Amino acid sequence: MTSLPPPSKVKLGLVIDLDTCVGCQACVVNCKEWNSPGYGAPLADSDPYGTKPSGAWLNRVHSFEATDHDNTSRVVHFPKSCLHCEDAPCVTVCPTGASYKRGEDGIVLVNEDACIGCGLCAWACPYGAREMDPVEGVMKKCTLCVDRIYNSHLAEEDRIPACVRTCPTSARHFGDLGDPNSAVSQLVKARGGFDLMPEQATKPVNKYLPPRDRPHIDADKSDAVDLLQMAKSATPNGFWKWLDSMLDRLGE
Amino acid sequence: MRPAASLIIFTTLSGLGFGLAAVIGTGLLKATSAQWAIIHGFVSLGFIGVGIIASTWHLGHPERAWRALSQWRSSWLSREGVLAGAVVMLLVIYVADQIYSGTVNAWLGGGLGAGLALLSLATIFATAMIYASLKPIPLWHHPLTPVNFVLWAIAGGLLLAATLNTWQGTTHSLPPLALITLLIATTSKIAWWQSPRKHNSTPETATGLGKLGKIKMIIPPHTEENWLQHEMGFQIARKHRNRLRPIALILATALPITLIITAPHSAISLTLATILHIIGVTTERWLFFAEAKHSVMLYYK
Amino acid sequence: MCADKNLNLSPPTSDRVAKTTCYMCACRCGINVHLMGEDIRYIEGNRDHPVNQGVLCAKGSAGIMQHLSPARLNTPLKRIGKRGAGKFAPISWDEALDLATSWLKPIRETDPRKLAFFTGRDQSQALTGWWAGQFGTPNFAAHGGFCSVNMAAAGIYTLGGAFWEFGAPDWERTELFLLFGVAEDHDSNPIKIGLGKLKARGIRTISINPIQTGYSAVADDWLGITPGTDGLLILSLIHVLMKTGNIDIDYLCRYTNAPWLVIRHPNGADDGLFWRDADGNPQIINRENGAPVPANQPNIQPDLKGEIPLNSGDSGGVAVPAFMLMAEAWLNEQYAPESTEAKTGIKAARVYALAAEIADAAFKREITINQPWTDWKGEQHAKMIGRPVSMHAMRGISAHSNGFQTCRALHILQILIGSVESPGGFRFKPPYPKPAEAHPRPAGKSTQPNTPLPGAPLGYPLSPDDLLVDDKGQPLRIDKAFSWDAPLSAHGLMHMVISNAFAGDPYNIDVLFMYMANMAWNSSMNTRAVIDMLTATDPESGEYRIPKIIYSDAYASEMVAYADLILPDTTYLERHDCISLLDRPICEADAVADAIRWPVLPPKRDVRGFQSVLLDLGARLGLPGMVDDKTDPLYKDYADYIINHQRKTGIGPLAGFRGQDGKAQGRGAPNPNQLDAYIENGGFWSKEIPENARFFKMANQHYQTFAVEMGFYDAPQPYTFQIYSEILQKFRLAAQGHGTMQPPEHLRPRINTHFTPLPEWYAPFEGAAVDAETYPIHALTQRPMAMYHSWGAQNPWLRQIHSHNPLFIPPALAADLGVKDGDWVWLESHHSKIKAPIAIMAGINPHTIWTWNAIGKRRGAWQLDPNAPEAKKGFLLNHLIHELLPMKGDGLRWANSDPITGQAAWFDLKVSITKAAANEPKEVAPNFPILNAPPNLETPKKMLRYGINILKGTRR
Ligand SMILES: Nc1nc2c(c(=O)[nH]1)N[C@H]1C(S)=C(S)[C@@H](COP(=O)(O)OP(=O)(O)OC[C@H]3O[C@@H](n4cnc5c(=O)[nH]c(N)nc54)[C@H](O)[C@@H]3O)O[C@H]1N2
Ligand SMILES: Nc1nc2c(c(=O)[nH]1)N[C@H]1C(S)=C(S)[C@@H](COP(=O)(O)OP(=O)(O)OC[C@H]3O[C@@H](n4cnc5c(=O)[nH]c(N)nc54)[C@H](O)[C@@H]3O)O[C@H]1N2
Ligand code: SF4
Ligand code: SF4
Ligand code: SF4
Ligand code: SF4
Ligand code: SF4
Ligand SMILES: [Mo]
Repeated sequence: MTSLPPPSKVKLGLVIDLDTCVGCQACVVNCKEWNSPGYGAPLADSDPYGTKPSGAWLNRVHSFEATDHDNTSRVVHFPKSCLHCEDAPCVTVCPTGASYKRGEDGIVLVNEDACIGCGLCAWACPYGAREMDPVEGVMKKCTLCVDRIYNSHLAEEDRIPACVRTCPTSARHFGDLGDPNSAVSQLVKARGGFDLMPEQATKPVNKYLPPRDRPHIDADKSDAVDLLQMAKSATPNGFWKWLDSMLDRLGE
Repeated sequence: MRPAASLIIFTTLSGLGFGLAAVIGTGLLKATSAQWAIIHGFVSLGFIGVGIIASTWHLGHPERAWRALSQWRSSWLSREGVLAGAVVMLLVIYVADQIYSGTVNAWLGGGLGAGLALLSLATIFATAMIYASLKPIPLWHHPLTPVNFVLWAIAGGLLLAATLNTWQGTTHSLPPLALITLLIATTSKIAWWQSPRKHNSTPETATGLGKLGKIKMIIPPHTEENWLQHEMGFQIARKHRNRLRPIALILATALPITLIITAPHSAISLTLATILHIIGVTTERWLFFAEAKHSVMLYYK
Repeated sequence: MCADKNLNLSPPTSDRVAKTTCYMCACRCGINVHLMGEDIRYIEGNRDHPVNQGVLCAKGSAGIMQHLSPARLNTPLKRIGKRGAGKFAPISWDEALDLATSWLKPIRETDPRKLAFFTGRDQSQALTGWWAGQFGTPNFAAHGGFCSVNMAAAGIYTLGGAFWEFGAPDWERTELFLLFGVAEDHDSNPIKIGLGKLKARGIRTISINPIQTGYSAVADDWLGITPGTDGLLILSLIHVLMKTGNIDIDYLCRYTNAPWLVIRHPNGADDGLFWRDADGNPQIINRENGAPVPANQPNIQPDLKGEIPLNSGDSGGVAVPAFMLMAEAWLNEQYAPESTEAKTGIKAARVYALAAEIADAAFKREITINQPWTDWKGEQHAKMIGRPVSMHAMRGISAHSNGFQTCRALHILQILIGSVESPGGFRFKPPYPKPAEAHPRPAGKSTQPNTPLPGAPLGYPLSPDDLLVDDKGQPLRIDKAFSWDAPLSAHGLMHMVISNAFAGDPYNIDVLFMYMANMAWNSSMNTRAVIDMLTATDPESGEYRIPKIIYSDAYASEMVAYADLILPDTTYLERHDCISLLDRPICEADAVADAIRWPVLPPKRDVRGFQSVLLDLGARLGLPGMVDDKTDPLYKDYADYIINHQRKTGIGPLAGFRGQDGKAQGRGAPNPNQLDAYIENGGFWSKEIPENARFFKMANQHYQTFAVEMGFYDAPQPYTFQIYSEILQKFRLAAQGHGTMQPPEHLRPRINTHFTPLPEWYAPFEGAAVDAETYPIHALTQRPMAMYHSWGAQNPWLRQIHSHNPLFIPPALAADLGVKDGDWVWLESHHSKIKAPIAIMAGINPHTIWTWNAIGKRRGAWQLDPNAPEAKKGFLLNHLIHELLPMKGDGLRWANSDPITGQAAWFDLKVSITKAAANEPKEVAPNFPILNAPPNLETPKKMLRYGINILKGTRR
C-alpha cells in the first residue's frame, strides 16, 4: 500500500453514541451548512425544488429497527460519515492521488482540484461515506472539519467539527483515538465502542458506542414486588393508618 | 451496481481491442500487406480508443483524466491507464515497424510482439483488478474475475483476428483457437457465477447492532434516491438474471461457435459471429454490474 | 499520495458575526450568523444563549435556505381573480394599507367584533393581542387552541404553569425521567440537551408513547400505550402510590390544597366548594385540636382527614379535607392496575414496577441542597429537599378530547410525590409560576364602536361569571371561546374561526385577518371543507361568505391563494422581533431572559415586517396607544415600539438594559439604546435568579420579592397548588342548575360529567362515537425533527430529508392486510378517506398507525414542482379528521375537541385500513387542483451551488 502514509500517532476521529442519538438530523444539516461554502467545491444540490431533489451530503442519519427472536424491537438512529479508516481502501484505489490520508493526524481527504470524478473511491468504501457531487463532478466526503479544528479564526472551544458542536444531545464526540488516554478513547473503552464492518479490514478510526441494555424492569424487580404486595394487601384502613403515622411524624 | 453504459462499452470494447492487440503481438495474425497491418492496428486501436473515450464519459472532470496515470504504485485504475498507454505506444511502434520493414519478423518485432501481447493481457488484467480488488462488492472480489476478463478478451481477440484474416483472404488456424478459447472463457464465466462468495458483511455487521436482533432500515436518511443508491443500489430481478445469463452466453459463445463451425472461412459468417459475440459480452458485462451488490446497500435494507 | 499542499487549515470564517434569534421554529434559540459580505457563510448556535447553549437543530442549520427561498413573497398583493385561483395584482404598500384601512375603519366605527384577528404561530402576542384590544374586538387568538392549550391550561389551573415555556425538568439533578407523548416538543433543543445530560449521567428515562422513534428510541424503557389512555395509566400510578403510602405528605400539607376543607352538601349550591371564612380564606383542620383555621396561618399542622359538620349558619352538610376526596376518587378499584391494563395496553405488573421506580427515586434517593430559605408564611427552612423524579409531556396527552384532565392528572402525580419546584423535579421558568388568578379574565363582554376592550381578549376564567356569553348563554366570540362549548379555552379556538365565520354562527364577520397560519392546508381539520368555506359565496348576493380576508405570510403557502389582500412579511433574518416577558419568554429555571431579532440582512424585496405593518395600520386607524394627540403615528416601526412602548410605567416589551443608562433590569424607563445593547450582548438579556429563590418559587418569599422587583407582578403572588379545582366545580354546579349563569340544556350533562374537580379518566370522544369494529385503528401524526410544519418544504436541504411521508404500520397489521413496504392503502375515518404508501415498523402500539405531520403539500404551492413528491406521495391525515364528531342520537354534532378547553382532538382519530387495488394509481388521494403561484416570485433554480461566491472569496 504505497499510498497510505505510515500509521499516524495521532488518529483524529469521531465517537458516536447510538444510545444517545435521537436521529434529529442536526449534525447532517449543520455539516452541509458548514462545508458547502467551505471546503473545496460547494456541496451542491440538483433539482432542489423539483421532483427528484438530490444533493451531496457528508453525513447521513439512518433509522434502523432491530427485532429480537422474542419479537421485542428497538429503534436505533444511526449517523454515518467517513470513518477515516487506517487502511483506507478509498485512498489506495484513487488513480490521481486526489484521495489521501494525512500523515500527521490520519484525516482522509480529497484534494478536489486533482479529482477526476471517476467514482472508484466511493466503490472502494464499504460504508458509503463518499458521494459524488451532482453538480461539481468531484468526490465529496467528510473532512473531519479539517478547516475548523485547526482554524485560528475560531475560538479555541469551537475548533471541533461542526457536527459535534451542533449535536443537541452530545451524542457525537471528537478527539484523538490514537491516544489511549484521551477522553474519546476512554469512552470507547468504558462503553465497548465498536467498528463498523470489521470484516472489511479497513480499521476505522471512528467508533460507535452501542445502545445500552434495556433491563426490563418488571414486577420481578424487588421494589416492585414489595409494592405489588403492599398494594394488593393494603386496605383502606391501612392507608389511613399510614397517613396518621405520617402526619404524626410531621409534627415532630 | 448501476450498469453504466460507459463502463460496459469500455470494458467490452477495450477488452476486445487489447485482446486483438495481444493476438497481433503473438504474430498469430499476420498482415498480408502494410495496408492490412495498418488496418489491424487501426481496428485494435479503434476498439481500445472507443472504449477509453467511453470510459471518460462517466468522469466528473474528463479534462483532468491525465492525472489518473500518477498512482500506478497503488491504484489498479492508474496501472490500467499506464499499461493502456504503453500498449498503444507499442502497438503503434509495432505497426510502424511492420510498415517500415514490411514484415513482422524483423528483429524488433519478436520482442516487441511479445511485449505487446503481454502488456495487452496485463492491461486487461489491470482493468479486471479494478473490480476484483473491491472488497465491498463480493461478486467481483473473486480470483476468477481477472481470469474471466482476460479469457473473454483473448477469445474475442482471436475471433476478431480470425475475422480480419478472412477479410484479408488468408486462411489460418485462428477459428479453432477462437472456438476453444470461447469455450474456456464460457466455462470460466460459469464457474465464476457458480462459485460461492464469502459475503460476510450483513446489515448486522454494517451497523454493529447484530446483538440486538435482525436489522431493518425503517427510515432512510433522505426520502428520494441519493447518489449512493443511484450508483450502487441497482438491483436486478432474479427472473431477469436467470433469463439474461443464458442469452449472454448464447450470443457471446454458442452462436459464434455455430457460425465458426458452419462457415469458418466466410468473412460474412465470422463478422456476424464477432458482432454477436460483442453483443453477448456486452450483455455479460451488463450483468457483471447489474448483479453486483455493494455493501453500502446493507444500510438501506 | 499527493497531499494537498494548498490545503488551507485556517480559512477566514466571516467578516462579521451577527447574533440574533432563530425562527425556523418556535423554540427561539440564539444564533450566530456568520456573514461574508451579503452572503451567509454559516449559522451556528450561540453558546451563551440560555435556550440552546450553542447547539443548533437541523432546521436552524437550514436557515440559509429559508432566507433565500424562491417561495418568498415579494410585494403586497391584491386578489384579482376568484378566491383560490391565485390571481393577484402586485400593489404598493400604501395601496395595501389604504385598502386594509378602508375595510377595517367602518368596522371599528360600527361593530368591532366584525373583525376576527387570528395570528397563528405568533411570537408577538403581546403586541397583536394588545392591538386587537385597542381595536375593540374580542375576536383574537393565536394558534394555542389547536395546539396544546390542554397542557397550558391544565398547568395554569393546577400549578400556575406547565411545561415548555412555563417550566422544565431539573436535568442536572433528576434521578428518573418520564416522558409522556412527546415526539419533538416546542422546547426542541432544550429537551435534547437535557436528554443528553441524563444520558451522560446514566439516568434512567422512560417514554410513554404509542410510537418508538426519536426520544422514545433512546429511552431506557418504552411503554407503547394505547392512544388516549394516559389518564388511566397516570391515575393507576397515583392509585398505587397512594395505596402504598408513597406520597409526600409534608409537601401536600404545605404547598397544596389537599388539606383545604371542601363542602359536602349534596344538591347544595355550595357542594364541592371550599369552605371559606368571612374573608374568603379557605379553611383547614388544625391537627392539634381538630378545629378549623384559615389555611394561610403559619406553623399550623393541618389534618388531611376529618370531618367538620357545618351548621345551618354556614350552609349545611359537612366539610372534609380535599385529600379525603382524592383518596376516595383515586383509591377506587377502577384505577387499580388490574382494571386499567386492558384499556391502556400496559400490563398491571409494569404499572407496579413503574410506580416502584417512581417511589424509589422520589423517596429513597431524596436529595438536599443546603440552601436556607423562607416561605411565604414566614417559616424558615434550613435546606431544600428534592424528590428527583421529573416528567415532561406535550401533545401526545394534550391533543385528545380528554387531554385537559389527563394533563391535570399528570401534574397531580408530580405534586403527590412532592417533585414540583423541588430539586430534581419539575422547575418553573419565570415569570411562572403564575396561577390563573394572577392572569387576567378574558375581556369582551361588551364591545363598543371606536372603543378599546377594557382588557386583553384572552385570559383565564375563574367561574361561569367570567364567560363571554350573552344573556341567553350564547357565545360572544366568533370562535365561541369562553362559551359553554369550551369554557376554559384560554388560547381561543383558531380552528373554529373559519367554520363559524362561514356559518355566520354566532354572527357574521366582515374581515378575517390572519397572520402566519396555513389554514387552507395543514393547520385545519377537514382541509377540503375549509377550502370550500373560504371560497363559498352567498347564493343571493354572490358575495363571499367570509367577505374579506387579509393575510400576512412570508412565503407562497397554500393559504395565500385564499386571501384578498396579502401583506408580505420579511424573513426572520430581516426584521425586528421581540421575545418578551409579556408574552412567551425564553427564561430558564435559574434565570430570567428575553431576546430580540434584528435585521442582520436588509430585505431586498418590497416586504415589511408584519409587526411594523400592524403598528402602521393601527396608526392609520387611529387606535389609542398607536397615535399621539395629533393622531400622528406614535411609533416609527416595531423597533421603536419595542424600545418605547410601556405597558405600565417602567414595564416594556424588553426587560433588559432599561433606564436611560441601560443599567436597570425588569423595571425602568425606556432606553433609546436598548436594542443596541441587546445586539451587543448577543441578541438577548438574562439575569440569574438568586440562589435562595430558585426552588419552591410558588411559596418562596425570596422569589416572590425578586418577581416583584423584576415586574412580573406588582405584589407577591404566593399560592397553593390546586389539586382539587374549585373552579371546575363551579362550572359543574352551574351545570347542576345552580347560580345565575347556567349552560344551555344540551351542554349540561357534558359539563357535569367532565368538569370533575379531581381528574377522572373518560374515553376520548371520537373513539366512543364511532363503531370500534368499523374503525379499529388509532391514527397519529408526529413532528419530524428536521421539518417545521408546512414551512420546511420549501427548504431544499430539509426536503431532501423528508419529501414524502410513509404511513408506518405494525407488522401484524401488515400481515393481515397482505402488504409490504411501499404498497398503498386506503384509510377511512367516519367522514373521509385517503390513499397513502406504507412502511412497516415493529415499534408501534399494535392498534396504532402513524405518519409524519405536514409533509404533504398541495400541488403548486411553495414554488415546488407540481409533481414534487410532497404532492404525489406526501399526504395529510387532516383530510380524515373532522372538527365535528359524527351525529349522535340527539341529532347534535359535538365538536371534536376537549369539552373544557376546546383543544382540537387531533389524536382521537380512528380509522379502518384496506389495501389499495393493484390497478389504482400509486399516488395520494385526495388530490387537489394545482395552485397558481402568486406573481413576482423568483424562479426556482435547477441546481444549487450554495457558497460558490464565498468560496471564490476565501479559498487559497
Ligand atoms: N394532522 C395534524 N395536523 C396538525 C397537527 C397535528 O399534530 N396533526 N398539529 C397542529 C398544530 S399543534 C399546529 S401548531 C398547527 C400548525 O400549523 P400552522 O400554524 O399552519 O403552521 P405552519 O404550517 O408552520 O404555517 C405557518 C404559516 O406561516 C408562514 N410563515 C413562516 N414564516 C413566516 C414569517 O416569518 N412571517 C409570516 N408572516 N409568515 C410566516 C408559513 O409560510 C405558513 O404559511 O398544525 C396543526 N395541524
Ligand atoms: N421539528 C419540529 N418541531 C416542532 C414542530 C414541528 O413541526 N417540527 N411543531 C411545534 C409545535 S406547533 C408543537 S405543538 C410541538 C408539538 O410537539 P410534540 O408534543 O412532540 O407533538 P407531536 O409531534 O405531535 O407528537 C406527539 C407525540 O405524542 C404521541 N402520542 C399521540 N397520542 C398519544 C397518547 O395518547 N399518549 C401518549 N403517551 N402519546 C401519544 C405521538 O406518538 C407523538 O410521539 O412541536 C413543536 N416543535
Ligand atoms: S445531531 Fe446528534 S442526536 Fe442528532 S442525529 Fe446527529 S448525532 Fe444524532
Ligand atoms: S470510511 Fe470509506 S471513505 Fe472513509 S476512510 Fe474509510 S473507506 Fe475511506
Ligand atoms: S473520484 Fe476523485 S478521489 Fe475518487 S478515486 Fe476518482 S479521482 Fe480519486
Ligand atoms: S466532521 Fe465535519 S465534515 Fe465530517 S461529518 Fe462532521 S461536520 Fe461533516
Ligand atoms: S429548535 Fe432549531 S429551528 Fe427551532 S429555534 Fe432552535 S435552532 Fe431554530
Ligand atoms: Mo402546535
